[in-house]
Amino acid sequence: MNILRKKNAANLPFSETVIELFIRLCGISSILFVFGIFFFVFREGAGFLFNGLDLGQFLTSPEWYPTSLSNKRYGTFALILGTFSVTALAMCIAVPFGLGAAIFVSEFCSPKLRETFKVVIELLAAIPSVVWGFIGLTLMNQLIIAVFNAPIGLTMLNGSIMLALMSVPIIVSIAEDALKAVPDSYREAAEALGATRWQVIYRVLLPAAKNGLLAAVLLGAARSIGETMAVLMATGHSVNIPSSPLSWIRTLTATIAAELGEVARGDEHYQVLFIIGILLFTITFVVNLIADLVIKGIRQE
Amino acid sequence: MKKKRWIGYTLIYCLVILGCGFAITGCSPKDAESTSSKAAAQVIIKNKGSDTMVNLAQAWAERYIDISSTASVEVSGGGSGTGIAALINGTVDIANCSRQIKPKELEQATQNTGKVPQEFIVGYDALAVYVHHDTPLDKITITELAEIYGEDGKITKWSDLGIAHENCPSDKIIRISRQSNSGTYFYFREALLGKTRDFELGSLDLHGSKDVVEVIGRTPCAIGYSGMGYATSHVKMLKVAKGPDEPYYAPNLENVLAKTYPIARPLYMYSLGEPIGEAKAYLDWIMSPEGQKIVEELGFVPLENN
Repeated sequence: MNILRKKNAANLPFSETVIELFIRLCGISSILFVFGIFFFVFREGAGFLFNGLDLGQFLTSPEWYPTSLSNKRYGTFALILGTFSVTALAMCIAVPFGLGAAIFVSEFCSPKLRETFKVVIELLAAIPSVVWGFIGLTLMNQLIIAVFNAPIGLTMLNGSIMLALMSVPIIVSIAEDALKAVPDSYREAAEALGATRWQVIYRVLLPAAKNGLLAAVLLGAARSIGETMAVLMATGHSVNIPSSPLSWIRTLTATIAAELGEVARGDEHYQVLFIIGILLFTITFVVNLIADLVIKGIRQE
Repeated sequence: MKKKRWIGYTLIYCLVILGCGFAITGCSPKDAESTSSKAAAQVIIKNKGSDTMVNLAQAWAERYIDISSTASVEVSGGGSGTGIAALINGTVDIANCSRQIKPKELEQATQNTGKVPQEFIVGYDALAVYVHHDTPLDKITITELAEIYGEDGKITKWSDLGIAHENCPSDKIIRISRQSNSGTYFYFREALLGKTRDFELGSLDLHGSKDVVEVIGRTPCAIGYSGMGYATSHVKMLKVAKGPDEPYYAPNLENVLAKTYPIARPLYMYSLGEPIGEAKAYLDWIMSPEGQKIVEELGFVPLENN
């Protein structure tokens, strides 16, 4: 294989060789960047992680008192629950809407309407997250107070709706591509057998596009877990174990964003914030791993 | 043709990358020249720090444009800790701080830059306790506040304070606080609970002095604290007493100057070493009657000798 490639390279004009080298560098650089970032985050947090931090308390205690003068406690349990609950609720809202919109756009839309839809959905993706946070803080806050008669609208529900709105465009565009990739002959064959439109979608298209749809949902979820500014502003930012969609919460990312700016470099608190970074890394790694395994499992079927 | 276009793109990309590299390492000679020539024409005083003071610092900077033709001031916020961190790294001339510098930070700054940070008190700020303007409550004691905010505090409902809050059906007090390393948070915690007790978790920790007032204005059940300069028509400032048998004082100019209002604090500015040149002129102007007038205009309390 290698020899073959070299032979080819020798025959190619000079510019092609340069470009190939450049593209190869681009590919390698992404790996370097990931390792570089991981190395940096790990280096900043490692000192305290292996020397002083009570890992059991870190993962299971809801008590987050990083700036206490008498009794510092670094428990992230409430923050972990906050991140997971707000993401889960956001996905409950975003997945039906996202997949529904994708099916509509790819199967039911007239070509003209489709173009309009795609432009609008892309526009939705282009709204910066701080704007979403601002909408959550002002508009959605009032709305939740009015609708649910809640004392305050800065809640998990508020954050979830913002996250759902942010991840819907990603889910729609990837899911639509996946549905488009299903060959037309499948649809024709199903219709020839007398299937209704709904049966075609439910029995033929969705199973055929399973991998792509799953990827769409997982990318949407990854966006939600990593989102910072919108949840910082919309969820109330309160260390609290959530009991209902109307309780206020705080996420891991928002904690880093709110506190890293004001902490002395090299401090224990500073290192703990980087350990939270490592924790987030681990969470996304596990999510990706599960996604990989699930997709492999589907393929083997 | 297509091939040539590719080469062009590649070349441009490489140039951009190289350019970035030079900008980061700062070894481009042209770059260094341009900044130094700029500096000769006009000195930029970099000023960063406390969120509480950012409006004040901005007002000073804007007014100073008319005063000085040789210097302009660049203000940014981010929090007291951010300002001090920038001072430690030597990237600002003056750091704003709504709390006193910590001994560890002082040591770090001295070690890092070789200069000892100098402290200037530039005004005072009264921390007002805010509630929604519909709340049937006018005054509160520090002891009561400590039970509302403190860990395992006994006051969690409005009825515990002896009032019937009609606009708050759940009767639950929603505590609004600040992120746990803002200067305001530190000061309020120490004023209420001393150095041994912590705040109860579950408060809404907002990210700026203005946000606190904004959210309280929309939330009938809420109580919170922020600089008295941030009051709006949607909120009410409570009179505060030290203890149950002490007199109540409203957060205003006279009470802060007379030192009777219990939760007032100095506002600090820190420079690296004794200030010289333009930075010194700026600080002197801030301390002058003219600079102190702006302090009062923005709802803070000016220094006493003016």
